[in-house]
Amino acid sequence: MARMKFLCDAERCIECNGCVTACKQENEVPWGVNRRRVVTINDGIVGAEKSISVACMHCSDAPCMAVCPVDCFYKTEDGVVLHDKDLCIGCGYCFYACPFGAPQFPQAGAFGLRGKMDKCTFCAGGPEPDRSEAEFKKYGRNRLSEGKLPACAEMCSTKALLGGDGDVIADIYRNRVVRRGKGSEVWGWGTAYGPGKPGAQPPAQQPSRGKS
Amino acid sequence: MIRVLLLIAVLGLAACAEREQVADFKKGKYQGKPDTPAWDNAPLAYGGKWTQGDRASWENQIKTRQLGQNEDVRISQ
Repeated sequence: MARMKFLCDAERCIECNGCVTACKQENEVPWGVNRRRVVTINDGIVGAEKSISVACMHCSDAPCMAVCPVDCFYKTEDGVVLHDKDLCIGCGYCFYACPFGAPQFPQAGAFGLRGKMDKCTFCAGGPEPDRSEAEFKKYGRNRLSEGKLPACAEMCSTKALLGGDGDVIADIYRNRVVRRGKGSEVWGWGTAYGPGKPGAQPPAQQPSRGKS
Repeated sequence: MIRVLLLIAVLGLAACAEREQVADFKKGKYQGKPDTPAWDNAPLAYGGKWTQGDRASWENQIKTRQLGQNEDVRISQ
């Protein structure tokens, strides 16, 4: 296996924030912390608006790992970048180093304390025993240990967000791009329901058959 | 001359090697942090199946889930 990655198809993302909701629900992420968020550019401009779902990209050469002064990060054999909250001191260096703004810091307490860093775990938990309550409280659910993929990717309604082995999801994306063409073909009738018979019209354009 | 060329070839190819980016799992730890590989867990009573401790079977299970994200194989055939 290569490395676990996320891939978001900007042509398909409809900014529904289903991935954000799925992540929050699955991992019981605290208020004020968003492990995943949807970024939209050209918001409101017809035809130019694009959205993309962003979280920790589990970099192969992760800058957060490089700058952490207490070396709290580690990488699993699947290429998932995880961290140990028992070692984290909440300094925020990783936040400055990350090009995606993935590290999050809970702002709890009367004086706006910066808590220990929290980020996407690729639904792979942390150093605590897998599927334990301690692991869930600190890092959220460990879906990889259940033979599942991250909840955000599996929940994505338009399958814009793909998660898994980089080689496999890159193949899925490549085939998709080759098949869908461009312009109005990107997400049209044929893509959704198939080409049908040659020359056939979509049902909406067929003559009415009377009341059913 | 041949030796020099061989040496250059070996050193040149060495630059093409990919450095291992994932630390080995040693004594239950990744880079000093304790963790358990996902495939060392027993599968749940429901859901995907794999053999506990067998990485290849776990990867097959994960690959099945990954390919399930490709709806193009279910429609538009």
